[in-house]
Amino acid sequence: MTRSIFLSLVFHSVMIVLTAISLPFMMRTPVDLPPILSVDLIQITDKTSIPFAAKAAKILEKIKKEKERVVSQQAPPSEKKKEKPDRIPLPEDLDKEKKQIVKKKQNPEEVKEEIRQASEFEKDELFDPNQIAALIDKSKEETAKTLKKNKKLTQSSVRTSFATGLTLSQEDALKAQIFGCWSLPLGLPYHKNLLVRIKLKLKPDGTVLRTEILDHARMNQPGQGFYKVLAESALRAVRICQPLRVPPTGYEKWKDLQLNFDANEMLKG
Amino acid sequence: MKKLISFIFCLFIFNSSAEALVEVDITRGNLEPLPIAVSPLHVELGSKDIKQGNTIIKNIGERISEVIEINFRRSGLFNPLKKNSFVQNPEIAHVKPRFEDWRLIKAQALVTGQVIVSDDKLRVEFRLWDVVAAKEMIALAFSTTPNNWRRVAHIISDKVYQRLTGEEGYFDTRIVYVSESGPKTQRYKKLAIMDQDGANVKYLTLGNELVLTPRFSPKNQLVTYLSYFRNLPRVYLLDIETGVQEVVGDFPGMTFAPRFSPDGKKIIMSFAKDGNSDIYTMNLETRLVEKITDHTSIDTSPSYSPDGKYICFNSDRSGLQQIYVMRSDGSQVKRITFGKGLYGTPVWSPRGDLIAFTKVHKGQFYIGVMRTDGSGERLLTENFYQEAPSWSPNGRVLIFYRETKSDSEGKGFSAKLWSIDLTGYNERLIETETDGSDPSWSSLLSK
Repeated sequence: MTRSIFLSLVFHSVMIVLTAISLPFMMRTPVDLPPILSVDLIQITDKTSIPFAAKAAKILEKIKKEKERVVSQQAPPSEKKKEKPDRIPLPEDLDKEKKQIVKKKQNPEEVKEEIRQASEFEKDELFDPNQIAALIDKSKEETAKTLKKNKKLTQSSVRTSFATGLTLSQEDALKAQIFGCWSLPLGLPYHKNLLVRIKLKLKPDGTVLRTEILDHARMNQPGQGFYKVLAESALRAVRICQPLRVPPTGYEKWKDLQLNFDANEMLKG
Repeated sequence: MKKLISFIFCLFIFNSSAEALVEVDITRGNLEPLPIAVSPLHVELGSKDIKQGNTIIKNIGERISEVIEINFRRSGLFNPLKKNSFVQNPEIAHVKPRFEDWRLIKAQALVTGQVIVSDDKLRVEFRLWDVVAAKEMIALAFSTTPNNWRRVAHIISDKVYQRLTGEEGYFDTRIVYVSESGPKTQRYKKLAIMDQDGANVKYLTLGNELVLTPRFSPKNQLVTYLSYFRNLPRVYLLDIETGVQEVVGDFPGMTFAPRFSPDGKKIIMSFAKDGNSDIYTMNLETRLVEKITDHTSIDTSPSYSPDGKYICFNSDRSGLQQIYVMRSDGSQVKRITFGKGLYGTPVWSPRGDLIAFTKVHKGQFYIGVMRTDGSGERLLTENFYQEAPSWSPNGRVLIFYRETKSDSEGKGFSAKLWSIDLTGYNERLIETETDGSDPSWSSLLSK
């Protein structure tokens, strides 16, 4: 009996120690989250119950009349932006124009709707409660389409934010900074493996505390003289670039950073 | 129960150690030439000026740094910074550079050095510094005769080039070429040799015999060339160091472009026998001639691969002049060019990965490169007339010659040597005293 109690005690104490050592939340320092914003929840009626109902009714009527007048009037021609005669259309502009043309072709009646004058009988028909449901359904469809289109992007951004600790824009900013600092040695043999992986230890302000070439052994291998040159150029880029453009928050996530310098893509072009 | 315990244990351990490391892929960089500062070499007190022939060379430290700077600029891989922006004294910079000052002028590498000249001895030492990492990359010293100061500058250039690019340099090399003078209809052609930057020109023949297609031995300072003696083609061997010249043999009919094998023991060439031009080799020790191709068409311009296992050549066996590759014994002949136009003068790169060639298409001449199977053809330069590419020993730069148009009387004609690197953007004229053609690049002298 005493033996089993003793064993149970030992086992439990081991479990407690293991849990204390290995549970991640006990090991890590608290994550520096952005400050919490306090939001007051109020009843809708607090805002919507207007004390002077009669006055409010007059105002509502006035607004309604104004709205009706707008519907029955001919809309003035919309002002167009003056363009410089020598302006070369940007590709984005061309895309926009193309899209507009496509829209017109697909739905020619929509244009007519805009310039049509509504009669007094038609005014009531302009507002159709059923159309709201249709619009809601359409918006749902559009949202679904957009999500489908951006499925890859969404997955990638999820990977970026959780697996690497940087969002896409943060990663892009960092890449753009290092692209400008990395002077690629031009005599590299383009048919060899030209990947250099460098691990960095960063300070919160983005300056580099420590650098480590991960495939260091490759430097001393025969026929890999170019690798040393490539690794040195990568280290030089990191030093020239510092302080690196890192996010102002989440230091714990990016304090250890690995940069994979790959020259193959550029040289093979 | 035990399994459950061990599972829970592993779960805890892995959970705690699996911290995701932020990884960022850098796939783009700056392809601009590397900014480098070449500080004038400090001349030690008591050093003498150098006498070279009738000229006295003062400020030898500055002269050496100028030669290094010109080499770097011509390579297209470095951007030597202007000396008037340097703030540190060369003597102090050689001992302890103030890296912050060099970083201010955007230098990423720095070359410093010092020179001591005594009666018959020149001692040059140099250091290469990584300005960004604030550390020394290489330090060497050379002792030689004072007249060799240009060679020392070229050797320093090679060492720096190798340390910063990872591939061998090509500055301590020579170029042998045919020096031309006189009107187009009556050209005097002499064999000439110079440093790769156009300095130290020496004429090896008198110009009374027509000389053609000089080629360097890849192993030593031997040159083989073709000369017409009493209207008969002769293949010569010339030792550059000793000046000793010997006739390899008289060959019948039209003989073309003798070239060494990679081990320097054979000469490969083409000559016409019984009215048909084929490719032959000659063993330089035994003088035995061996026929490599046997075809009714015209086979010319053979060139060995660096391992000596293959030969590329041009032939009109398909009806048009195209480039072919075969094994060095003449077997497994394979056509590798199928593009429009005529292809000629194929030369295998010392790296072994590319073949340089001349292409003629719609009346224009192109110098280009392609892989050894004929794929990836890239035309580097186009002109009215240009041909005969020859590789630098590191396989990065090509030298060739280009002729200009002339009128019916031959006026306006000139032939100049040009170099271009594999990018196709770094094309440079090599200044020579006279016109030049048929250049051939030597291997590194200080290998």
